[in-house]
Amino acid sequence: MTDDRRTEQDGPDGSELPRPVVRHRRFNASLIWLVPALAALVGLSLVVNSWLQAGPTITISFQSAEGLDAGKTPVKYKNVVIGRVNKIHLSGDHSHVLVKVALEKSAESFATQGTRYWVVRPRIGLGGVSGIDTLLSGAFIGVDVGDSNAPADEFKGLETPPAVNHGAPGRSFVLHSDDLGSLDIGSPVYYRRIQVGRVVSYQLDSSGKGVSLQIFVDGPNDKFVTTATRFWNASGIDVSVGASGLKVNTQSLASVLAGGLAFQDPAGPHDSTPAPEETEYTLFGDQASAMAPPDGEPHYIRMRFEQSVRGLAVDAPVEFLGINIGKVVSIKLDYDEKAQRFPVVVGAVVYPQRLGNAYDKLEALAKARGENPDLSQLMGRLVEHGLRAQARSGNLLTGQLYVALDFVPKTPKVDFDPNAKPLMIPTVPGSFDKLQEQLADIVDKLDKIPFESIGKNLDQTLAGLNATMKQVNGQTLPEFKNTLKGVQKTMGTANEALSGDSPLQQNLGSTLGELQRMARSLRVLTDYLSGHPEALIRGRRPDAKPVDTPAAAITAPPASTTPPSQGNPP
Amino acid sequence: MSAFPRAADLGLIGCHVCKLVISADTPARVDVADELACPRCGSVLHRRKPYSYMRTWALMIAAFLLYIPANVLPIMRTASLNDIDDNTIISGVVELWVKGSPDLAIIVFTASIVVPVLKFLSLGTLLLSSQRGSGWARPQRAKLYRLVEFIGYWSMLDVFVVALLTALVRFGLLSLVEPLPGVIFFGLTVVLTMLASMSFDPRLIWDGRDSDD
Repeated sequence: MTDDRRTEQDGPDGSELPRPVVRHRRFNASLIWLVPALAALVGLSLVVNSWLQAGPTITISFQSAEGLDAGKTPVKYKNVVIGRVNKIHLSGDHSHVLVKVALEKSAESFATQGTRYWVVRPRIGLGGVSGIDTLLSGAFIGVDVGDSNAPADEFKGLETPPAVNHGAPGRSFVLHSDDLGSLDIGSPVYYRRIQVGRVVSYQLDSSGKGVSLQIFVDGPNDKFVTTATRFWNASGIDVSVGASGLKVNTQSLASVLAGGLAFQDPAGPHDSTPAPEETEYTLFGDQASAMAPPDGEPHYIRMRFEQSVRGLAVDAPVEFLGINIGKVVSIKLDYDEKAQRFPVVVGAVVYPQRLGNAYDKLEALAKARGENPDLSQLMGRLVEHGLRAQARSGNLLTGQLYVALDFVPKTPKVDFDPNAKPLMIPTVPGSFDKLQEQLADIVDKLDKIPFESIGKNLDQTLAGLNATMKQVNGQTLPEFKNTLKGVQKTMGTANEALSGDSPLQQNLGSTLGELQRMARSLRVLTDYLSGHPEALIRGRRPDAKPVDTPAAAITAPPASTTPPSQGNPP
Repeated sequence: MSAFPRAADLGLIGCHVCKLVISADTPARVDVADELACPRCGSVLHRRKPYSYMRTWALMIAAFLLYIPANVLPIMRTASLNDIDDNTIISGVVELWVKGSPDLAIIVFTASIVVPVLKFLSLGTLLLSSQRGSGWARPQRAKLYRLVEFIGYWSMLDVFVVALLTALVRFGLLSLVEPLPGVIFFGLTVVLTMLASMSFDPRLIWDGRDSDD
């Protein structure tokens, strides 16, 4: 746009100065104001942008600001930065630190009640290692959102990361236990030795008499927790010696060191509907007690032992016919003014349900009879039949005693008050005590034997005997010797008389021959007489009849055989 | 104060580009929208830089506006193995000082804070005093203007540092330097202040009601 309208040029002589040319101005000078306007616009847009981007500012209190850095430490949710620590300062009473965090606009929903904040630092525990990446990147603040929509700007930071993130699939349950054992937040929960959950929190009951544990079982395994499920403490090593030998039972190495829980449904038919959220369970000490049928209502009984209960300890079992139905809970000494004795009062807790069918039947029977099916009534009936408590030796080596409830035959009747609270079960001395008593009896009787006088008499007798022996040795024995000599002489004579060629022998032989012959003729006579008895009167008939020949025949052979039977007489 | 005659008094005008001295007698047919041009090189002729006050003010205000985000926003991110650090100008200076390089801290502080601020103050002073036609300390003001022109280049130091580090420190995870938006604003501020000081006509210092004596 330089359509110049040139003015006339002056001559080249130089006396006249050149003249300017006139042309149109190309643009308006005030356009320069666009520059600051633009700058202002940019600045304004930055301000507006940062104002729009600025989310809520919250204050989180922590025990310590270790690892936190004002202006740097990010706040992360699922590893996405949603804010940054602005400022760190101490609380008024110096007990904790207050961390101011500027959240991003998009993270407004994190400034609500129930949101939990904690510092993610590297943690190395028995259960595992976490936050190892923060070794390099530095600590950051972890977040977990809650349910609530109510805005909040002050939070109490957790000192340890929460075991369960909000909205994680699964369910939480409450366990009640006598003590915490070696469990801790984050301790694993096992189902068939697979980790399916963890301990989320624990606190003492308000009464101080137990511990409540909150556990979380991850989905989809939470469906295995049913209303009948039993939980037990799977910490440590279970060593049991049974008929099949030594058995060591553990869940996992981590649980041996760091503790853990396990659960399972009891064997047999049971209710297997998944338990609702926050169902309460009892935490058993071990698997065996967890799997045992439910104990039912405990009953407190008392026993009064007249003899020493050395070896009986609290927790000693109470057995009914060999079945464990309870345990001893207290052992106290008492003084009986009338008898001036020191009876021991033993308290025990028994669970009648452990009797199983027997209890049910007894109960039914009692009902059928129209009696009160109470334990006290049943007990009264059993006591009537001879039920007695006895402190028996469970282990001869250590002398441990247990309480046996047993039927003792021929036991004297006792008064039983079924309305007493607690029930007082009559006792009999234990088997060992009985043995001791009997032994004592025997010893008593032995004591009564006059061993001293017996000894004295025996001494005297022995002295007399000694004198007698002297006499025997001095006088009787030499005479005995002479007598023996005489006897020997006599024997010699007898020997001579009896020898084969002695006249006595000869005479004896012929005499015996005579005797034989005589016997033969006597037999002939008797044979004849048996055939002819009339011959006694009429005398012998003449041997005409042929009937007699057999008689003669009979008589003949003996005559011929006599010489051999007779031997050979010289 | 000054008794020297002005070009206007002599009816002369000089071309800024080819330095041709031209008669100030304007042709008759000149209206408001027209301007005068050098008959030799064709560049625009003016007695003083046109709209010098307005331009200088505008550019200085723009520079000042941009100087705010330049200081508020971080200019550089240094990422090392375990640390990501965003630094503004001030925090960088503080860090340098704390970490044992006070000399460097002073240099950066001078280049990035003192010089721009001084420039704003100087230009402001020059503009105000000249606009009011004040005769106060004119030679000193002229010197001040020359100083402002001279140090103008050096305030780009910060920008150069960031550019150099960004190019040099690139070790992936181990160490990394990145420029952040602040440095752009800072660079713009420096450029605008330089433009502002350029659009200020130092001859205005000598123009004043009491200039002719």
